[in-house]
Amino acid sequence: MAGWLNFRSLNQEGIVFAIAVVLFVAAAIGLPGFIDPNNLVAIVRSVSVLGILALGMAVVIIGRGIDLSAVAIMAMSVAWYLQLLNTGTPDGLAFAYVLAGVLAIGLLNGFLVAYADVPAIFVTLATGSFVFGYVRSQLITQDAVPVPQGHWVELLGGLRFLDVPIEVFVFAGLAFLFFLFLRYTKWGRYIYFAGDNPVAARNIGIPVRPMLVLRYVLSAFVALIAGLLTAASLHSINTRVVNSTLLYDIVLVAVIGGIGLSGGRGGVRNVLVGAALIGILLNAMTIIDIPLLYQNLIKAAILLGAIIVDGIINPRDEQTAQQGDI
Amino acid sequence: MTFRERLQSWRYNLVPDHLVGEILTKRWTDNAIPFLALVVTLATFGSIIPGFFKLSSLQESTRQLGEFSMVVTGMTVVMLGGGIDLSVGSIFALSCFSAVYVFFILEQSIWLALAASLATGLVFGAINGYLVGYLRLRAFLTTLVTFIFGRALFDILVITYAADVQLSTATSDVLDFIGDSAFWGLSVSVWLAIILAIVTHIALTRSRPGWHVLAVGGSRRSAHNAGIRVRRTVFMTYVFSGFCASIGGFLIACRLSGAGPGTGLNLEIMALTAAVVGGVSLGGGRGSVIKGLMGAIIVLTMTNGLIRLGYGTGTNQMVLGIMLAVAVTIDIRWLKNRHKVLNEVYVAPVYLKMGETQSAVPGSGTPYALDNRLSSADHIGLGELEGPEDVILDRDDNLYCGTRHGEIVRFFAPDYVRSEVFAHIGGFPLGLAFDKSGNLISCVGAMGLYSVSPEREVKRLSAETSRSWTSIVDDARLRDPNDCDIAPDGRIYFTDSTKRYDAHDWALDSIENRATGRLLVYDPRDGSTRTLLDGYRYTNGVCMAHDGKSLFFAESWACRVHRYWLEGPKAGTAECVIRDMPGYPDNINRASDGNYWMAWLGMRTPSFDLSLRHPDMRKRMTRRLPQDEWLFPNINTGGVVKFNEKGGIVEAMGDLTGGAHPMVTSMREHKGYLFVGGILNNRIGRYKIRGADPNWTSPASYWGAQP
Repeated sequence: MAGWLNFRSLNQEGIVFAIAVVLFVAAAIGLPGFIDPNNLVAIVRSVSVLGILALGMAVVIIGRGIDLSAVAIMAMSVAWYLQLLNTGTPDGLAFAYVLAGVLAIGLLNGFLVAYADVPAIFVTLATGSFVFGYVRSQLITQDAVPVPQGHWVELLGGLRFLDVPIEVFVFAGLAFLFFLFLRYTKWGRYIYFAGDNPVAARNIGIPVRPMLVLRYVLSAFVALIAGLLTAASLHSINTRVVNSTLLYDIVLVAVIGGIGLSGGRGGVRNVLVGAALIGILLNAMTIIDIPLLYQNLIKAAILLGAIIVDGIINPRDEQTAQQGDI
Repeated sequence: MTFRERLQSWRYNLVPDHLVGEILTKRWTDNAIPFLALVVTLATFGSIIPGFFKLSSLQESTRQLGEFSMVVTGMTVVMLGGGIDLSVGSIFALSCFSAVYVFFILEQSIWLALAASLATGLVFGAINGYLVGYLRLRAFLTTLVTFIFGRALFDILVITYAADVQLSTATSDVLDFIGDSAFWGLSVSVWLAIILAIVTHIALTRSRPGWHVLAVGGSRRSAHNAGIRVRRTVFMTYVFSGFCASIGGFLIACRLSGAGPGTGLNLEIMALTAAVVGGVSLGGGRGSVIKGLMGAIIVLTMTNGLIRLGYGTGTNQMVLGIMLAVAVTIDIRWLKNRHKVLNEVYVAPVYLKMGETQSAVPGSGTPYALDNRLSSADHIGLGELEGPEDVILDRDDNLYCGTRHGEIVRFFAPDYVRSEVFAHIGGFPLGLAFDKSGNLISCVGAMGLYSVSPEREVKRLSAETSRSWTSIVDDARLRDPNDCDIAPDGRIYFTDSTKRYDAHDWALDSIENRATGRLLVYDPRDGSTRTLLDGYRYTNGVCMAHDGKSLFFAESWACRVHRYWLEGPKAGTAECVIRDMPGYPDNINRASDGNYWMAWLGMRTPSFDLSLRHPDMRKRMTRRLPQDEWLFPNINTGGVVKFNEKGGIVEAMGDLTGGAHPMVTSMREHKGYLFVGGILNNRIGRYKIRGADPNWTSPASYWGAQP
C-alpha cells in the first residue's frame, strides 16, 4: 500500500516530463542531427499546431467534457474561408462568415451538452461528422483548398522572428493566455470547480451551463486559429486531415500530459509537457525513418497505455459515476 | 345541472384523455419514433429514387444490410450492457483481412478462413472486454483507441499484401455461394443476419446471460449488489460484438473476394448511429435487437439513397452527423422526460356530482349521527402493528391481521398480548376470510388472491382475470385486490378496486374518480377467475348475506353499497341498496343480530364533493401542487355503521377524539366484541358491543358449528 501511495504522489506530469527528458537525451546521443538547432525548431514547430489544439481540448477536458469536433472545425472552417476567398468573396465578409460559422458550431456543441444534457462525446462526434460532411459536400469542391496568392495567410506562413516560425510564438502566447485565464480569472477557476464536481459547482451558484457553452466556443475558436496556422505553413488546407489520427494526437497530448479525463485536474503546463513528449517522439520516429502507418500504430499503443494509466491513477468511482457516463 | 357543469361532464366524462397516459405507460411507445422514422425514410427514398424497390437493386443493398445489421446487433448488445464499441469497424476490416489472407494467400479451405475471421474478432473483442470490463476503463475512449490501433494495423496489412491477393488464383464454390447466391429472394448474408438477430433476441429476452446484460446496463450498481458478475458480463458483451463484427467481415470477404482500404471505413459511426436512431439507449438497459435492426435499415437506406441520388463526398457524414445528434438528443430527452410527461397526463379526473347526503354530525338526529363509542375500545398490538387493514378471528378465538410489511400476524387468545408472524406473503395483505376447511384467504394488495393453510402454507389462488379487448392498460392483472368473501359453495368473491393505479396510489384514484373497480369471482373447482361486474368507483368491502344468496359490496368513492344476487330471479345483477352516505365505505362484515357492519374509511366533505364537480381543477391540482397539498377524501374521521338486510341504517359509531380509531377500514364481530382495524392505524381496537350475542362467531355463522 505504501508503494502505491508513493506511486500516486509521483504524479503523471512528473513521470512524463522525466520520460521526455530521458528520451531527449537518448535521441540527442543516439540520433544524428537531432540536437541540431534547426531540428529543435522543427520539433517545436511540429507540435505548435497540435499544442494549440490541445490547449482548447485541455480546457474542455478540465471541465469534464471532450471535443471530438476540434479537427473538423479546424480544417473545415479554414477550407471554407479559403474557398470563399478563391471564389471572390471580400476578405472581411468571408472572415465574418467563417467566424459566425465557428461560433455557431461552438454554441451548438455547448448548447447540446449543457442544456440538452447529451454526453459531450456524442454531441461532438456528431457535430464533427456534420461539419466535415456539410462543408465538404456543400461548400467546397475538392479535398484540398489552396491559399490565394499574396493573401495574409500566406504571408503569415513566411513570418520569422529570430529564425523561429510565427506559429511557435502563437503557441507560446496562447499558452500564456490560457495559463492566465485558468489560473487567475474567476471563470478559469469555475472550470475546475465544474469539472471536479458539476453538481456541487451548480449548488454553490456557479453558472455551470453557460460556462460549458463558453468552453466549447473557446475550443472552436482555438481550432480556427490552429487551422489558419496550418494553412499558413502549408499554403493550403487538406480536409482529409479530419479522417487522420490528428484528433487522437490531440487527446494524446492532453491525456499523456496528465489532464485527467474525469475533469478538474491539470493545466497548461500539462499540455506543454505532453506536447514536448509527443514532439520528441514523432521527430525521433521520423529520423529513424519509421513509416507513417507504423507511427500511427505506435501512437495508438502509447495512447492506450496513457488511458490505462489514467484509469488506474484516476479510477472511476463506481458509486458516484453517472449512469450512462461512458 | 348548470350549463357549465354539463359542459364539464361532457368534456371530462366522454373524452377519453386517460388513454394518453395509458398508452405512454407502454414500453412499445419507445419504438414508435424509430418506427415512424423507418417508414418515413423508406417512403421518401422509395418515392424519389426510381426503381428503389426493384428486386435487383434491393438485392445489392440487402447484402450490405446483412453485413451491416450483424455489426449493429453486436453494437446493440454492447450498448444494452451500458458500453459502446467503436472498434467494430476495425474488427470488421481485420476479420475480413484474416479471411482473405487465409483463403487467398495461404490458399487454405474456406472453413479455415472462417475460423481465422472468428478468431480475430473474438480476440479483438476480448481485448476490448478486458480493458473496459475488467480494468473498467472508459468504453468510448478505450474502444476509440483500439479502433485506431486496429485501423493502423489493417492499413499496414492491406498495403503489404494487396498485390498477393490480386495474384491469387484460389477459388471456392462455397465462397461464391456465400457471396453471391440467394434463397427465396434473400441473400445468404441476410439470412445469417436474421438468424443471428433472432438468436440474440431470444438470448436477451429469455435467458439468464441476456437478463444479466440488461440488468448491468440498466443499473450497474444494483446488478453488482444483486450478485451479478458485472465485469464478466461487460467483458462478454464486447466479445459478442467482436464475434458479430467478424462474421460481418467474413461475409464481405466472400462478397468482394478481397479487402481494400475502404473496408469497414466509417462503420463505427454508422453502426452507432443505427443503434441510437433505432432507439437503443445510450447508457444501457433499454433497447432491443429489433430496434437496432430498424436503425440499421434507416441508416443504410439514407446513405445508399443519397449516394444514388448523386450527392457528393461528405454527404454521408453530414447526414450521419445530423441523424446521430438528433437521435441522441431525442433519446436523452425522452428518457429524462418520459416519466414527467406520464406524471403530467396520467391522472385524468372525471366529473361526478355526488348526491345530497344526511349529516353524520353527532346529535344531528339522523341515523348516521356518529358518537364517541369507539374511543373507549381497548387496544391490541399497539405500536407493534403497522396497517391492520382487515382483522379476522378463527374458531379458537385467535386474531389475525395483515400488515404493511407483507405479513399476516396472529395474536393468541385469550388476551391477545402474545403474537407471531403467521405467514409472510409480501405485498400488503388486505381483506381476509376463512374458508370451510380453515384456510385463510387474503386479498394481497398489488399481488392477488392468496390462501394460507392452517399449516401456514402460502398458495397463490389467482393473480389475473381475463383481459378485456378494449382496455389499453393491462386489466388482466389484479392491481388492487381489496376484500374477499366466500360463498357457501366455496367460490371466492373479491373486489379489485382500480385498474389504473397500484394499491398505494389509492389517493390518486380517488382524485381521478374514474369508475374502474371490479367485482370478480374465483372458482376453486377449476381455478378460474372471472370478472362479474366492472365500472364502479373503487369497489371495496365484500360480504355474503346471511342466507348466502346474495352479497353486499361497497363502492367507496361513490359512497354506495350494492347488492349482487348469486341466485334467485335477479341472479347475476346488482342493485344499489344504500346510496349517498356521508362516509366512504370500506369492508363489510356480518353482525350477530342478522345485520351487517360496515367500516367508513373517511367522511365526505363539501369541499371534496365540490371538487368532484370540477375535474379541471383537480387536474391542475395534481399537476401543479406538491402531493402534500392536494385535496383528497378526508380520512381523519371514520366510523362503523350497522345496516340491515334492506339497506336501512341501524346505528353508527365513531371515535370523535381521533385518538384511537380515526380511520376505520374493517371490523369483525366475535363473541360479543367488535375488533376494529385501520389501514393507517398502529393497533387493533376491541370494543364490547352492548347486547350482542356473546357466543356468535363469524366462522360458525359461515360454516356452521364446530364439526
